[in-house]
Amino acid sequence: MNRFFSLHRLVALLIKEMIQMRRDRVTFAMMLGVPLMQLMLFGFAINTDPKALPAALVSPTQDRYTRAMVTALELTGYYRFIAPNATEGEAEDLISRGEVAFVVTVPSDFGRRIERGDHASILIEADATDPSVASGAISTLSTVANSALLREAGQGQASSNGLEIIVHRRYNPEGITQYNIVPGLLGVILQLTMVMMTAMALTREVERGTMENLLSMPANPLEIMLGKVVPYLIVGAVQVVVVLVSAKLVFNVPFVGSLSLVLAGVFVLVLALVILGYLLSTVSRTQMQAMQLTFFFFLPSLLLSGFMFPYRGMPDWAQVIGEIFPLTHFLRLIRAVMLKGADFSAVAGPFFALVLFAFGLAVLALFRFRKTLD
Amino acid sequence: MSDLAISVSGLTKRFGEKTVVNNVSLDVRKGEIMGFLGPNGSGKTTTIRLMCGLLEPDSGEGRVLGHDIRTERRAIKRKVGYMTQRFSFYEDLTIAENLSFVAGLYGMSPKRQVVRDTIADLGLTARKDQLAGSLSGGWKQRLALAACIMHKPALLMLDEPTAGVDPKARREFWDEIHALAHGGLTVLVSTHYMDEAERCHRISYISYGDLIAQGTVPEVVQGAALTTYVVTGGDTALAARLLRGAAGVDQVAPFGATLHVVGRDAMALKTSVDTVAFQTGSHAELSDTSLEDVFIQLMGAA
Repeated sequence: MNRFFSLHRLVALLIKEMIQMRRDRVTFAMMLGVPLMQLMLFGFAINTDPKALPAALVSPTQDRYTRAMVTALELTGYYRFIAPNATEGEAEDLISRGEVAFVVTVPSDFGRRIERGDHASILIEADATDPSVASGAISTLSTVANSALLREAGQGQASSNGLEIIVHRRYNPEGITQYNIVPGLLGVILQLTMVMMTAMALTREVERGTMENLLSMPANPLEIMLGKVVPYLIVGAVQVVVVLVSAKLVFNVPFVGSLSLVLAGVFVLVLALVILGYLLSTVSRTQMQAMQLTFFFFLPSLLLSGFMFPYRGMPDWAQVIGEIFPLTHFLRLIRAVMLKGADFSAVAGPFFALVLFAFGLAVLALFRFRKTLD
Repeated sequence: MSDLAISVSGLTKRFGEKTVVNNVSLDVRKGEIMGFLGPNGSGKTTTIRLMCGLLEPDSGEGRVLGHDIRTERRAIKRKVGYMTQRFSFYEDLTIAENLSFVAGLYGMSPKRQVVRDTIADLGLTARKDQLAGSLSGGWKQRLALAACIMHKPALLMLDEPTAGVDPKARREFWDEIHALAHGGLTVLVSTHYMDEAERCHRISYISYGDLIAQGTVPEVVQGAALTTYVVTGGDTALAARLLRGAAGVDQVAPFGATLHVVGRDAMALKTSVDTVAFQTGSHAELSDTSLEDVFIQLMGAA
């Protein structure tokens, strides 16, 4: 028997550790679930070179040159024309709501100019709030368009003057990544702190045994929930101020939209998140579990919401999953308002999605609370 | 309103498959101290939780302070003080902060005055800004009691209040309980300690969910109808070995140099004890049956 190291002592420790690991179901599920989830998300859902981005075409005369252009653009795989015959106004609306990433405008005299061999141009407006989305699509433009026209018009004609493609990077002409990241970061920071803090705060009461005492005194579930939620709403408010002020002063992120609209969105988001945290705390028995559940929620929402990787670049199933995270909707709202100056009607969709989250979670939380009394 | 502070019957509570409280009926008169006894895991805590409105019974009904335990839980919570088994105030708040939190929940006014008086009564004025978590076990218990009676409840439920508290603090605690009961407060206290049980006006014994015995201490002891002999001198170790399993002998327990021998069948017990006493050269004498003997008997029977 070795005094410094004994196998039977080590074995005893190993057995005890493995039994504990198996007993803690949540941790065990996390250990298996997290790698699997990451594998699925990074392996299949995330695409840093997004293809098939929704685009709108503004072309009053849908002639063969226009059609050739459109076909060529679609063949690159980057563009998918979901509004092939939009008016200028409709297209503007679509890009401001974020429903299309590109607006391709072909002037009415385009075909005539090509045939005459004159100087012709098309305008491509890209939503550059997320610079990485537009870059791949834009870089392939000129070669594709030129060769398509050459084929269509026949050799010699168009080549003399060539085709000019004017690219407007809307909302973020210099392609500054911070413009996209910083407003989104507000949502991410709020999400992590609000959900985790609230989840832990209530679980702490249960873990320390103070919950029993609290419930034996005249406090009802609504009061307890509000008592837990409101302090973190205040913490959230401070975070909002810090992030918005530093976005302006440190990162020079433009703020073209309405501040009150952003704040309204932030308020609903924080409310939803805090209630979500409260909900998580009703299912976890220890603070450790509450934290693990928070991360289990945090990770996919970070990856699928469009914060780290372009939402449009994900396959459809991943986009559908992305819709179930409040962060996804908040990102649409804040980017649209801050960077594009969208008004309420343009962001009503994401706004009401957030309201729905807050309301649904609140109902669920109150329902769950009644159960935890027993 | 009747003169019963607690009157429940047929209380049953199941957690999943397990029946934790089975058909328990309990009457507690106003102003009395009712001891609530039973082995570990026998459903005492759950019964208390059912009665102070923290849990809903699966079946059974009853009234606490005249309020229905199913439908008037809010009213019960207002009038009952419940001291949990574990210290369940906030260790990261000071004494004063804890008390003013409780005062706020019950809407007491003037809040500051109530809190200041409570702290003065506790004799903790000098330490009111100390964190509750840094108090010793005895002080934590006193703080918890003070917090539970601050709203002047009509009924106090104490769940093993003196676990881990030294004998002096325990005695002071019981003096306080008696003073409160004298002032008209009804007290239901669960405990494992026999000396504490004997300080109660009446006791109820619950075992694995069933209520087994109820009454004053002499009533319960008498009701058990046990005979006890004390065996002294001679080879008590040998005597103990011989007595275990002998006819009429239910319990053999060494107390220092003596043996307590307990049995239900007085005649058979006498024969066995006399025989063994003769064999081992010790002396056997009839003695009073203690409450502890009764409980060991009850636990064995359950």
